[in-house]
Amino acid sequence: MASAIHILNGTNIGADSLNPLAERVGNVFGVKTDVQKASINIDRAYDQSRGQHNSTALLAQVLNGAQLNQEKHILVVEVDLYIPVLTFVFGEAQLNGVAAIVSTHRLQNQFYGLSHDYPLMLKRLEKEIVHELGHNFGLYHCRQFECVMRSSTYVEEIDLKLSVPCAACSNLLRGVG
Amino acid sequence: MTSTPSLLVVDDEQVIRDSLSKWFKEDGYSVSSAENAADALRRLQGQKWDIILLDIKMPGMDGMELQQRIRELDQDATIIFITAHATVDTAVKALKNGAFDYVTKPVDPDYLSHLVANALKQRSLANENVKLKEQISEFSKAEDIVGESSQMHKVFELIQTVAKTDTTVMIRGESGTGKELIARAIHSNSDRRYFPIVAVNCGALAEGILESELFGHERGAFTGAQYRRKGKLELADGGTLFLDEVGNIDTKTQMDLLRAIETKQFSRVGGNEIIKVDFRVICATNKDLEKAVSEGSFREDLYYRLNVFSIFIPPLRERKGDIPQLVNYFIQKYARSMNKPMTGISSEAMDTVVRYNWPGNVRELENAIERAMVVGKPPKIVPEDLPFQLTERNHVLPSGSLAAAEKAHIIAMLEQNHWNISRSADILQIDRVTLYNKIEKFGLKKP
Repeated sequence: MASAIHILNGTNIGADSLNPLAERVGNVFGVKTDVQKASINIDRAYDQSRGQHNSTALLAQVLNGAQLNQEKHILVVEVDLYIPVLTFVFGEAQLNGVAAIVSTHRLQNQFYGLSHDYPLMLKRLEKEIVHELGHNFGLYHCRQFECVMRSSTYVEEIDLKLSVPCAACSNLLRGVG
Repeated sequence: MTSTPSLLVVDDEQVIRDSLSKWFKEDGYSVSSAENAADALRRLQGQKWDIILLDIKMPGMDGMELQQRIRELDQDATIIFITAHATVDTAVKALKNGAFDYVTKPVDPDYLSHLVANALKQRSLANENVKLKEQISEFSKAEDIVGESSQMHKVFELIQTVAKTDTTVMIRGESGTGKELIARAIHSNSDRRYFPIVAVNCGALAEGILESELFGHERGAFTGAQYRRKGKLELADGGTLFLDEVGNIDTKTQMDLLRAIETKQFSRVGGNEIIKVDFRVICATNKDLEKAVSEGSFREDLYYRLNVFSIFIPPLRERKGDIPQLVNYFIQKYARSMNKPMTGISSEAMDTVVRYNWPGNVRELENAIERAMVVGKPPKIVPEDLPFQLTERNHVLPSGSLAAAEKAHIIAMLEQNHWNISRSADILQIDRVTLYNKIEKFGLKKP
């Protein structure tokens, strides 16, 4: 089991918002979680032809920076992410690995032409951080509509789900069943 | 068919193979990949694949020819072309030769997920559906609705009665009585429990926003709408739409909503595409809807459409017998989430809680217990842990007689001042002797 989770903050979100979020994330996995400043070269992952940043390239940087001691590292960025075959991704993670990444870009209401809602963006961010870390801890996508591990391809679907795993996924996290 | 869906990705670009493999592995698929047609055909000799994702332009044999070869090996193979080199000719040819679909890179992730899911559904995953339904059935038990009073037993009976039908339900009750919990209980006990319950707080959204929230909008529908957005009606398809504070919907949206409920179809804001949906409606209100109808602020036809089956949740002050059970439930809930070894509540604190009127109902009670759990020291909640207004307002709980009112007020003042006689007498504007006499008269004792 991981001894710690590090949220690498590559955004302008302040500690007063991220620290309580980190605590709640830690409670889900039963692992001490802290927030650190990210030292990642975001520009290296930029694809001019797409106007987006390559999620896998950023994930590789996170992996390079991670120690091989099972501590999880999740990078949070503001830029729009993609993987080659898809138009965008909200985030990406190594399945059973130590690195993950989440973007706030498409979690913000302004992206959809709606008025700014900072608490909503934070709630969505918390869910997506838990989701990607869930993959790091070996969880697959879940079909339960309210489980945090449900795959979300629309931000409205993120709003539908809870910020915690369902009973079945929780059991899998604890190594039960 | 295997219990875990299997997917073969055929593409000459490694980055595409890796991206797709990773994407679908997260969904629990068993994924393998091939970098060219020869490699793909080798893999097809060994096993059947539920879905084959095929590129068109590859060195050697291209995807179109490979499709034909695959068909010779497996007539039932489900092939989806994913290509950056799309042309009308190849698309038509691919589909005529039996491809399930033909999409262009980069693909919208929502579209790809639904496409593969639909393809699998077509191949008939009966075993997985049964397993999923059992899992969902287990998960969908409603969050515990606590209550042993006769009024709540009646509510439970009504939930059981209406859950199995598709009847529209109107839940009435003051703010904080648990109307959403009741809605979720109805949904969880219905045949729609395999699909989502989508809640909309109609009172929290401004007029223009509510319309977009309910119906979604198309790209360009208004300034800043750069992307299509799904509305709550669309998300609720197959499931339940819960409209909270339904009395707050503006008249224009009332009309659109009525039409959508009656015809089971609608268009997104700024769009022309007709979207067909099927959902069950549960709504809630703490307003006097009948009065709103007579005043003209709520449409009569919508009222009759929504008010088919009513469930009334009594305010907490009318079912005080439920308070101890609720208190203990919340203590256990927050002891778990806060990881705090609180085991209960002192009898004095429970007495205070029971005597309070709870204008904010169960929500206010839960907030008070949560606060007490934060500030309190294990093992039990004591009166000092409770919010100030509980002890301050307790004196307005008289049973009706003047003596009862006087007694309650004196108790409240004594408790507020920790039984400091001088201070209490001062606030009550009586002398100490009079206060002592009243303490004796009402048989009060310092805890």
